[in-house]
Amino acid sequence: MIPLSVSILTAVDNTTIKSTTTNKRPVDQLLLSAHNLTCIREERLLFDRLSIKINAGDIVQVEGPNGSGKTSLLRILAGLSQPFEGEVFFNNQLIHHAHEEFHQSLLYLGHLPGVKGEMSATENLSFNLALHGLTHNAVDIEKILTQVNLTGFEDSLASHLSAGQHRRISLARLYQSTAKIWILDEPFTAIDKQGVHALEQLFKAHIEQGGCVIFTSHQDLLTVAPEQIKTITLDYLDE
Amino acid sequence: MSNEQNMKLATLSYRAVFSLVLKRDLTIAMRHKDDIINPLLFFVIVITLFPLGIGPEAQTLSRIAPGIIWVAALLATLLSLDRLFKSDHDDGSLEQMLLSPQPVFILVLAKIVAHWLITGLPLILIAPLLAVLLHLNEQSYGALMLTLLLGTPVLSLLGAIGVALTVGIKKGGVLLSLLVLPLYIPVLIFATSAIDTAALGLPYSGQLAIIAALFFGSLTLAPFAVAAALKVSTS
Repeated sequence: MIPLSVSILTAVDNTTIKSTTTNKRPVDQLLLSAHNLTCIREERLLFDRLSIKINAGDIVQVEGPNGSGKTSLLRILAGLSQPFEGEVFFNNQLIHHAHEEFHQSLLYLGHLPGVKGEMSATENLSFNLALHGLTHNAVDIEKILTQVNLTGFEDSLASHLSAGQHRRISLARLYQSTAKIWILDEPFTAIDKQGVHALEQLFKAHIEQGGCVIFTSHQDLLTVAPEQIKTITLDYLDE
Repeated sequence: MSNEQNMKLATLSYRAVFSLVLKRDLTIAMRHKDDIINPLLFFVIVITLFPLGIGPEAQTLSRIAPGIIWVAALLATLLSLDRLFKSDHDDGSLEQMLLSPQPVFILVLAKIVAHWLITGLPLILIAPLLAVLLHLNEQSYGALMLTLLLGTPVLSLLGAIGVALTVGIKKGGVLLSLLVLPLYIPVLIFATSAIDTAALGLPYSGQLAIIAALFFGSLTLAPFAVAAALKVSTS
């Protein structure tokens, strides 16, 4: 393996990685690292010996064609799936050993929004926040829902809302998140332009505070300078 | 509560997490009444069909009443098991629960208790009425209620393990029955035997003790098994 830069990634095979790090942060604090990840799904090799280092202040975009293993990579990093080989470390500990601390520092939003149709926007959000240890009162919830443009829909059952609004309910958690590591699978899906813009601002604020964002998307971030974004490009591996 | 406290990452007590999830699941069930009505309706229909099919002789009916009530309860529970994790799995909320900093076995236990309150408890409440229909021996009512009270939670607890194992599979229904029904057999045997014994006016505390043992055993161990199974199923 060839170390490409101090702060980022090494890749093997045709899993190409562009590294354009211009991180002005004085100290690179390593938040999450993966070592030699190999993933096999349905007898197909998705990525082979992929190593990643993610520091505080990083925005990492995982790119690649459909079925190239983007979601699998994010799920492995979040500890939801097991890699065929390799380990994921948080604070230099295996994530399964530092289970509780890791989960307190992690905010993972999968491509399913995790919103219950039988509950209102407010109930969904307050449950999600409470589950992650955030005690709250109604005022806060209202404020967050305003921030994600759901004013007037607070008490509507989620089953009466659109896909984009479901996504907004789940993304609302980002506004109150104390987690440093954000892993977001296709966060821009079904979100309108304004929503995308707001989300990008949120990303920027989050890395300013020493967090990191790992996300997959087929679209480029518009307001974040390209040199601030690290890209992991997954591609089909030849057999 | 001050704003600073709101922002603070509080480690919730087990009890707080438990009641949080319990409240959520009960809220969902109250708004999605099919979950409550379907198993109950199934239970009532199956039991009322037996006197029609077999004939109204009180002697025959009272002879087979314990078996009918318990088999119907068992199948009604099986029918409702799927909802326990399936909808949460399908909309992604199960992932969020597994990734929360709360211990998974508490979340799971709360969900199982909610399931029992939604499906088990209504069965127990309506059982005496249906027992009248089947001419259950008068001396057996106490035994029937006690076995149902101790036995139906076991059905929910053991069933949850099966659901957790099959939740990731698209058509896991048949597999679920195959996995879970054999585990239900001990409950069925001892429950019906307790009710039969009570009908003869003999003490049935032995059978009841075994069902109680099954209850406490599954109450303590099943949540951990379910938590482990869910981790496998979602990966």
